[in-house]
Amino acid sequence: MNRSSVDYGLRAGSRPVSIEKDYQRFRQIVKGKIRGDLRKFLTRGELLGKEGKHLISIPVRGIDLPHFRYGDNNDGGVGAGEAGVGDSVDAQGDGAGPGGTQPGAHILEVEVTLDELADILAEELKLPRIEPRGKHIITSHKERYSGLRQTGPESLRHFKRTFKHALRRQIMSGTYDPRSPRIVPIRRDRRYRSWKTVLKPQSNAVIVYMMDVSGSMGDEQKELVRLEAFWIDAWLQRNYEGLDSRYIVHDVRAQEVDRDTFYRLREDGGTKISSAFRLARHILDQHYQPDEWNIYLFHFSDGDNSSETDSRECCRLLREQLLPQVNLFGYCQVASAYGSGNFINVIHEHLEDCKNVVTSRVNNKDDIYDSLRTFFSQGM
Amino acid sequence: MSDNRLPPELTEYARTISEVARQVGLDFFETRFEVVDYDMLCQIAAYGGFPQRYPHWRFGMEYERLRKQHVYGLGRIYEMVINNDPCYAYLLSDNEMTDQKLVMAHVYAHCDFFKNNIWFSKTNRRMMDEFANHATRIRRHVDRQGFEPVERFIDVCVSLENLIDPHSMFMRREAADHPPASAAARRVAAEEQVVRYQTKPYLDRWINPPERIQKERQRLIESRKGEHHRLPAQPTRDVLQFLLRYAPLDDWEADVLSIVREEAYYYAPQGMTKIMNEGWATFWHSRLMTRHLLKDDELITYCDHHAGTLASAPGQLNPYKMGVEIFRDIEDRWNKGRFGKDYDECASMEKRRRWDTGLMQGLEKVFEVRRVYNDVTFIDDFLTEDLADRLRLYHYRYDPATRRMVVVDRDFAKIKQQILFALTNHGQPYIYVVDGNYRNRGELYLAHRHAGADLDIRFAVETLKNVQQIWRRPVHLQAQINDEMVLFSFDGQQSQQQKIHADLPKPAHTI
Repeated sequence: MNRSSVDYGLRAGSRPVSIEKDYQRFRQIVKGKIRGDLRKFLTRGELLGKEGKHLISIPVRGIDLPHFRYGDNNDGGVGAGEAGVGDSVDAQGDGAGPGGTQPGAHILEVEVTLDELADILAEELKLPRIEPRGKHIITSHKERYSGLRQTGPESLRHFKRTFKHALRRQIMSGTYDPRSPRIVPIRRDRRYRSWKTVLKPQSNAVIVYMMDVSGSMGDEQKELVRLEAFWIDAWLQRNYEGLDSRYIVHDVRAQEVDRDTFYRLREDGGTKISSAFRLARHILDQHYQPDEWNIYLFHFSDGDNSSETDSRECCRLLREQLLPQVNLFGYCQVASAYGSGNFINVIHEHLEDCKNVVTSRVNNKDDIYDSLRTFFSQGM
Repeated sequence: MSDNRLPPELTEYARTISEVARQVGLDFFETRFEVVDYDMLCQIAAYGGFPQRYPHWRFGMEYERLRKQHVYGLGRIYEMVINNDPCYAYLLSDNEMTDQKLVMAHVYAHCDFFKNNIWFSKTNRRMMDEFANHATRIRRHVDRQGFEPVERFIDVCVSLENLIDPHSMFMRREAADHPPASAAARRVAAEEQVVRYQTKPYLDRWINPPERIQKERQRLIESRKGEHHRLPAQPTRDVLQFLLRYAPLDDWEADVLSIVREEAYYYAPQGMTKIMNEGWATFWHSRLMTRHLLKDDELITYCDHHAGTLASAPGQLNPYKMGVEIFRDIEDRWNKGRFGKDYDECASMEKRRRWDTGLMQGLEKVFEVRRVYNDVTFIDDFLTEDLADRLRLYHYRYDPATRRMVVVDRDFAKIKQQILFALTNHGQPYIYVVDGNYRNRGELYLAHRHAGADLDIRFAVETLKNVQQIWRRPVHLQAQINDEMVLFSFDGQQSQQQKIHADLPKPAHTI
């Protein structure tokens, strides 16, 4: 091998330009495909319970380029080993049928985070970024190691600096011998890391979910609420660093419950929506100062309030006590076989002039898409 | 960019190993090793082994797949070799030294295979430069045409990349493609093909009676009539070549298509010799390692990793295992003279087991095999019943009752047929252009030659749309689906399929 050929090798046989661009383009295409199928993903129950940074495996159709190829004729193949006749050779062993049962479904599993999915959702629904209310920004405290000082606990000792100082001192005092470079730090040489407290602005939000669990709300309705609430969570999580969720269920009385109970609880009896609003009022007063928190209220119901009086009472509560403090009050009315579904009309009638009241109707899973758009299209 | 020169230790190993390899008879291009980390190796592997490729998202997709495979511990690339002169090979930086030795020995055998196997003889040995040129050309088209049109067109071309004829590299079919155009030339051509038996002049009248000659000549001219109107003259499997020549493509489109085609031809021999190539490399790395290179303290690591490469998952054939076992079997049989009529017809198991004529031509034979065989002929000639039995091969198929793939039997004939089918044409269907001017309307007529398995309909319909993108006029695909001949058509707007019946116009050729 002569010299020049070595040089040539180093140039020609070197590293890839970078696959990064192709990779980004691939991700872009994947996101495009997901966007196309977004309505479908919105109604996928199995996403529930995922958190923002978690990876979600999503099957994406039709990314791979089609070729002329054989279909699966279930003709099997050849393997090697000690297997006896009748033994299964499925690699996964999960009993799933071979490709032959679903011809041509060339599906690629890609992974995205829920945050990415929320972004795609926002892009597709043309949702504006939510602007946190200006004065409600609170600051969080963080410690950052940034400097040095001469005292401190041994666990924070900065070895390199300590030795440097020792070396400097020894050279200055003429005790350093290059032929036998022995450096002995003394007390004065020691340096320790020190920290500063950094104030970081952080916008926090709290969502108060309220749900009507009276007799007329069945499992189907609950499922709609679950899905809707999941995506509300996902989108708000994307917009705020700190997100609290509180859950209230009510029939004629309201009580605060945890997330699980919220989705599972089933009661009988009448409906008194005002009870929920009162409890929400109470929770907010106790824990969430409106000048520190961005507050979101969502109420899910089939709209069948027990009395006209109570409906009016609700509107009064909202207008006088809740609405001035919250970013958004969303009322989502799910269709139900029972009940008049009149509450949405009452709200329209009484609170038409309030900008932070948004209502939507969800009759089936497909409506979730539009409902989300209605709630967040103003960027509040 | 970090320095990619080999650490001195590896340089020393490379020198030793290449010397040993040459001593045992391997003959390879100069081989350059580079040490890269895993991420880089994944990038290179995603680019098909080359540091420079044209921009396309599918490389990004492949990269993600490989990287994930690594992260989840599902598979590991130890090495990459490129068929090029000089040969380039990439070593993984976090391999142990024992691995690096094993990989180097493996690589030299691959290089030997690239250089000497006949199916590689027509591949471009300056492909490293060629791929870089392709990248430049496509980037230039992107600059002029915009990113998306070029990307879309690459998608279309790549979708058709398997429509090539790997044997065409060895044929000169230009002449056959263009039958003589003039009537006179046709007569001369016919004259040449009339059968005349050799005889003494005085017997000629009776042996080759003029009436017969005349009739034959007439028949040939008749049958040739209209042949020059046919396009193509013969059914052709090189669909891409046909499209390049006759489809109304812009210059840049033709260039993109020719690039995709050229790269497909470059990779074709590797698809045709997967088992042999890996078998050959494994055969030699194990031989070189165990006989020449291993140090005592490396033995366990070597055995562990060697066994790892030879492991088979249920329901899968490991090409390394299959290949190396066959090569070893060939060596053994030709050392002991266990082939030929006498051996094949010997019924006594006892005698067969002791059979040894002391022929000792094993090594000679394996070198010959690596020169002239490809996977199909390799399996066909050398996968014997004894060997299939020793490898414990079995045949499995889908069992509707349990909805699982289950082992059916160990019937040798079926096993062999199954393997050969999977290997023939690299497991791809045979698609021919049979008419480039169907119904005299400039429509393209493709046909699938049925060889036991149906085409996947959904894929076929989608792919046909891509053919139409290039051909621009309506396109058709004839295929046998569930024992019926079906014609799939796409005219740029609508897909349709119909059973082929007698009233349908016939294409220029039948398959």
